[in-house]
Amino acid sequence: MTSDTDALLAEDPITGEEIELPADVEVGEIIDSPVTGTELEVISLDPVTLEEAPELEEDWGE
Amino acid sequence: MRVGILYSRIRKDEKLLLNELRDRGHEIEKIDVRKERFGLESTTANVEDLDIVVDRCLSTSRSLYATQFLDSYGVPVVNAPETGDVCADKAKNSLALAEAEIPTPATEVSFTKESAMESIESFGYPCVLKPVVGSWGRLMAKIDSRNAAEAILEHKETLGHYEHKVFYIQEFVDKPGRDIRALAVDGEPIAAMTRTSDHWLTNAAKGGETKSFDLDGRARELVARASEAVGGGLLGVDLMEVGGEGSGEYTVHEVNHTVEFKALDAASEVDVPAEVVDWLEAKAAAADDEATEATA
Repeated sequence: MTSDTDALLAEDPITGEEIELPADVEVGEIIDSPVTGTELEVISLDPVTLEEAPELEEDWGE
Repeated sequence: MRVGILYSRIRKDEKLLLNELRDRGHEIEKIDVRKERFGLESTTANVEDLDIVVDRCLSTSRSLYATQFLDSYGVPVVNAPETGDVCADKAKNSLALAEAEIPTPATEVSFTKESAMESIESFGYPCVLKPVVGSWGRLMAKIDSRNAAEAILEHKETLGHYEHKVFYIQEFVDKPGRDIRALAVDGEPIAAMTRTSDHWLTNAAKGGETKSFDLDGRARELVARASEAVGGGLLGVDLMEVGGEGSGEYTVHEVNHTVEFKALDAASEVDVPAEVVDWLEAKAAAADDEATEATA
């Protein structure tokens, strides 16, 4: 991940490691953990909280 | 304008849309459908004074119900629940295309293993078996032999949800290694791309290589008619070329109602989110005019 002075820091919910998020992340956004590659969901921004994203459901799509 | 976004996860597509709306100074109400309740007369979601709501639910079932409830409160929502209802179900989608006399692959629906086997044998091999609800190429089967057909049907009947006992069987279209995705607003194409793969499934979600594509007159006509057949809106119309690449003849196999556009935005020189927001602004203005007329 690039070093961005505006980047946010959060705890990876799986490994407990501190990870950097883009400054413009928003609640509900899905990001890939730079540590494990797992999909994480942004739950809140103040403080920045992440959870493992829900598993893919059968009716997901377009 | 004040725009509601129905969602359950923000993908790159929603992010592109949100950024464009914010850049234009529109007020946004993000509505996470997982957190809201929808009653017969009102909802916990803050939908007061919204000029328009855009359905970006990833889950088809949530999309269908949430839009229907919002529509019942008189909140302008795109796409309309009627459009979602047709597009979410491949059988309804095929029927709508056929009723509008749009070229679409020959399709049969059967409800038992035995009748499904008859459908498959009548198409011959290969043919295609698809779930009636599903996306991104999931659970699609290209059936090359009777042995494969028997095994797949038995698995579906034994393991599947009841919807998997609705066997949607389709002729295999020998496309030239690619299909075409057109993004359209009320039938007017914004941009289009080809999706190319050595695999018979060419979906971008399956890793198909995307490239900008110029729709010819015939393709534009089919996109407009397919859009109208399902009730219009912001749609992804999927076409296959019949008779080889550049033949100018097409069959329309699907219309998608919560269309993803990040791949198209990357492949095309068109600013896709800007075009989508232009359309939303026009829809919101039209809804406002209708409301004014109704109260006059």
